[in-house]
Amino acid sequence: MSNVFIAFQANEDSRPLIEAILADNPGATVTESPGMVKIDAPWHLTIRRKSIEERTGSRYDLQQIHVNLITLSGHIDEDDDQFTLSWKQ
Amino acid sequence: MTIDLKTINIKPQRLTYAHVAKYIGEGKAPSRYQEATLGAQQEVNFHYRPTWDPDHELFDTSRTALQMSDWYAFKDPRQFYYASWTMARARQQDAVEANFEFVESRGMLDMISEDLRKHVLNVLTPLRHVAWGANMNNSEISASGYGTALTAPAMFHAMDNLGVAQYLTRLALTLAGPEDLDAAKSAWLHDPTWQSLRRYVEDTFVVQDPIELFVAQNVALDGLLYPLIYEVFVDGHVALKGGSAIAMLTAFMPEWFSESSRWVDSVLKVMAAESDDNKALVTNWARRWEEQAATALLPVAELALPGTGHTALEDVRTQFRARLGKCGISV
Repeated sequence: MSNVFIAFQANEDSRPLIEAILADNPGATVTESPGMVKIDAPWHLTIRRKSIEERTGSRYDLQQIHVNLITLSGHIDEDDDQFTLSWKQ
Repeated sequence: MTIDLKTINIKPQRLTYAHVAKYIGEGKAPSRYQEATLGAQQEVNFHYRPTWDPDHELFDTSRTALQMSDWYAFKDPRQFYYASWTMARARQQDAVEANFEFVESRGMLDMISEDLRKHVLNVLTPLRHVAWGANMNNSEISASGYGTALTAPAMFHAMDNLGVAQYLTRLALTLAGPEDLDAAKSAWLHDPTWQSLRRYVEDTFVVQDPIELFVAQNVALDGLLYPLIYEVFVDGHVALKGGSAIAMLTAFMPEWFSESSRWVDSVLKVMAAESDDNKALVTNWARRWEEQAATALLPVAELALPGTGHTALEDVRTQFRARLGKCGISV
C-alpha cells in the first residue's frame, strides 16, 4: 500500500483545512509535529473547497492552500472545487 | 564533529482560555472566532447600576422580552471577529474603488440620460438617511443587547450601514454635487414621499427592546428595502434604461445584503428554535414591523418604479415571507 501525504504549517489558517481533509478522507491519519501538521492517506486524498467553506463561513480559493503548504507527494489533480493527490494503482 | 539536531515536541497543557473551554469543551483547539467571542461578555463585578437606568444592570438580559438559556447560541455563520471582518470589508472597498475608477475613467456617467440621472438621485440619495438610521439602531442593539455573539456582529453591522451611507453620498457627489445632498435632505424632511419611511426610521429610534429593534431594523426594513431598491430598482429598472454604471457604483449593497442576511437569518433561526414563547414573540414583532415597513416603503416604491411600484413591493414581500418561513417564522 502506498501513501500520499500533504503537510501544512500548523497555524490558524490551516486548521479548518486540516479539519476538512480529515472529515472528507476517512482513511487519513494526522501527525502533529512542532510547527507542522502532516496528513497521510492510503492511495488518495481529496481537499474539497466546499468543506473548507462550511468551516470558515467565508469564500475560499483552493490556491490559498499554497500559503501554508510545506510539502506533498502524489499525482495532483486539481480544479476550482477540489484538489486530489493519488497514486495510480 | 557531528551535530545532532533533536526536536522536542511539547504538548501544551491547555489549548485555550478556561472561559472559552467552558463552551467548546476541554482539549479542543478553538478558532479565532470562538476565542474572540465565547465567554467575552462582561458578567460580574458591576457594583452599581447605571444612573441612567437604575432598573437594569449595565449588561442585562431583561432589557429584552426574549428569553435565552444561552446567549452565545447566536453564532455568526460568517465567523466575523474584528480582524476577519475588517479584511473582508477592505477587499470589498478595493473592489468598489476599482468600480468608481472604471466608471469615471471611461466617462460612463456622461452616457446616462439627464432624466435617468435625476430619477436615480431622487430615489437613492435620501436613502443615506435611512442607512444612517440603521447605523444608529445597530449601535443601540450592540449597546443594550446581551452576549458578545450577538452584540459584536451588531456593531459590525452598524459600521457596515455607515459604509452604505457613505457609498450613497459618494454616488450623489459623483453624479451631481454637494447641492444634491442638500436637496435630498430637504426631500427627506419635507417631501411627502419620504415622510412615512422617515416616520418608520424615527419610530425605531425609540424602541427600547434590543431584539425588537433587531427585528424592526435588520429583519423587516432592510429585508424589504434592499431587494426592492438594489435588486428590482437599480439592477433591473435602471440598468435596463442604460444606467449599468449606477449598478457598478452600488455593487457593495446587494453583495453586503446577501452576506449579512446569512447572519440575520441564523439569529432568527436560533431565536425561533429556542422556545415556543420566543417564536410567538418574534413572529409577532416580525408581522407588525413588516407590515409597517411595507406601508412606509410604498411611496418610495412608487417613486422608484412609477406604475409598477406596488406590484414590485408585493413581490418583494412574498420573497421576504418565504425567507422568514425558512427561519421557522411564518408571517
